[in-house]
Amino acid sequence: MRRRFSWFNATALTFGFAFLYLPMLILIIYSFNGSRLVTVWAGFSTRWYGVLIHDQDFLNAAWVTLRVAVVSSTAATVLGTMAAYALVRVARFPGRTLFSGMIYAPLVMPDVITGLSLLLLFIAVGLDRGILTIVLAHTTFSMCYVSVVVSSRLVSFDRSIEEAALDLGCTPFDAFRSVTLPIIAPAVISGWLLAFTLSLDDLVISSFTAGPSSTTLPIRIYSAVRLGVSPEINALSTIMITIVTVGVISASFMSKRSLARRAADEQKAQQQ
Amino acid sequence: MLSGVAMDTAAQGRVFAPWNDPDEEPLIQFRSVTKRFGSFTAIDNLTLDIYAREFFALLGPSGCGKTTLMRMLAGFETATEGTILLEGEDIAGVPPNKRAVNMMFQSYALFPHLSVYDNIAFGLKRSSMSKPDIAARVDEMLRLTRLERFARRKPHQISGGQRQRVALARSLAKAPKLLLLDEPLGALDKKLRQDTQFELMDIQERTGTTFVIVTHDQEEAMTVASRVAVMDDGRIVQVATPAEIYETPNSVYVADFIGDVNIIEGNASRQQGETIRIHWAEGQEPIVGTPSAPIAEGTRVHFAIRPEKVTITAQKPAGRANAFAGKVHDIAYLGNISTYHVKLANGQILKAQAANNQRIDRRSFNWEDPVWLSWTDTAGVVLTG
Repeated sequence: MRRRFSWFNATALTFGFAFLYLPMLILIIYSFNGSRLVTVWAGFSTRWYGVLIHDQDFLNAAWVTLRVAVVSSTAATVLGTMAAYALVRVARFPGRTLFSGMIYAPLVMPDVITGLSLLLLFIAVGLDRGILTIVLAHTTFSMCYVSVVVSSRLVSFDRSIEEAALDLGCTPFDAFRSVTLPIIAPAVISGWLLAFTLSLDDLVISSFTAGPSSTTLPIRIYSAVRLGVSPEINALSTIMITIVTVGVISASFMSKRSLARRAADEQKAQQQ
Repeated sequence: MLSGVAMDTAAQGRVFAPWNDPDEEPLIQFRSVTKRFGSFTAIDNLTLDIYAREFFALLGPSGCGKTTLMRMLAGFETATEGTILLEGEDIAGVPPNKRAVNMMFQSYALFPHLSVYDNIAFGLKRSSMSKPDIAARVDEMLRLTRLERFARRKPHQISGGQRQRVALARSLAKAPKLLLLDEPLGALDKKLRQDTQFELMDIQERTGTTFVIVTHDQEEAMTVASRVAVMDDGRIVQVATPAEIYETPNSVYVADFIGDVNIIEGNASRQQGETIRIHWAEGQEPIVGTPSAPIAEGTRVHFAIRPEKVTITAQKPAGRANAFAGKVHDIAYLGNISTYHVKLANGQILKAQAANNQRIDRRSFNWEDPVWLSWTDTAGVVLTG
């Protein structure tokens, strides 16, 4: 279906995209600025990328962030998937409504409150703040996101496929491992990716739960910006934008291709 | 003609009716089984025996409890009261994965991430069978269901009919004592469904497995089953062979549920020998029928007669026990047969069926033609329930 070109649509589209992407575009352009002053253009240069890879502080912070994100998103995926399975599959148990409400509550809880309450908890149990406390905090808040993604897949999943596995001799755990998990794998993976990106860019909760030796990248950037925006940070942000963009584009390309192949297969099967 | 007679006697010699043999031990016994979901009673104090090698059909409208009955056999539901025995042993505490019972699901429930071959091998891999034995068994199943060419395909790469055969092969692979089929042909179109019904019967006979099929399609139940249980509201109304269910239903519900039927309500007069007279309308001759058990005078009865047992003629036939005059009210032309709706003098409409052994433009009766409907004294059944 092809619509006629309309000025209204074109304008709406231009404004929408400008609103979304103009800030990022400016950031990327200025990351190639030769000048030390962020707002004055002094010719194309990649010098800030060179400075960045020799800045030990930034590299340490990046390494901490990456470790925290991998560990916490993995833990959140395991816990979130288990919670989603229990909520969707176990039909009736006492306190089910309360439990499902409590799983989703952190979605709307302000980060400041989550961070503060975790801080108080860690002090109360005498846990020294460091990488471990950030991981625990990130697992806590990202688990409910995983739960939402996985349970929406489980709801549309034909229950009788699991029953067929039980019927053919699987124990309930074996049925989950060999049938349910492979089928819901795409949702589990996207839950993991969601938890991973949430952990990567979290500032508020991290600053409550981080110790002096465990600065994450967002904390490092935030404290650097308070002393004035340096072109180095523009370069760092450009690298992060590039990584995310490549990831998103390749993921959508792969899923589109597998959908097209599946549709072609189904058509072929009908014709035979 | 001679060979036809010989075949008949051969069939008589090996007639399959274990339910008539008092020494035969049933494979499955439901003993006063009740199943409740909260305040809803799905199965109400039900007792039923199913024998080995039977093709047993559970037939009824949706919500009558037939699927619950099947899920209790598979182990997905437990009885609230009563016991279910499989080969004489109570199966209440046995989980689904430990039962020698397999099920073919209505949605087929194929594993979408596994190939046809791996779907069929799935249950075997979870038994103590050795690898070469598994391969041999899967190949045998593929041959039985004519799926050899599709072994490497995924479920979404094959057609609906092929998926149905994969589901059947997968549930038969472990050679269960009992195979449960939940509306197995519901998703197929009519032509394919009829072919598959005969295929199912053939496979059931060759493997010697006991089949229990759940269906709401009475034609399907009649075609495939050795016995049919007609269910309503958590109870079994009648269990009998398809012919008995059709020819001698035990209640108005069964008569009405299976096939097309004329039902006339009336009062029984005193029995004279085998027959009784049923007074059913002012100014109409009473209907002469033959009840299966003695009926007291004045009992309110229903007389049920199938349309194909009512003869339609232009003149009053001589020597028929029942004959009524009427006018053709409507004609339903179905190609091979026509159903005539005939309005009698008192306004009652009766259906009569006749084979169209002449072309339609030479049809003997038309709208508003005066006709006679007649039947013998044994053509219908007299029902008190």
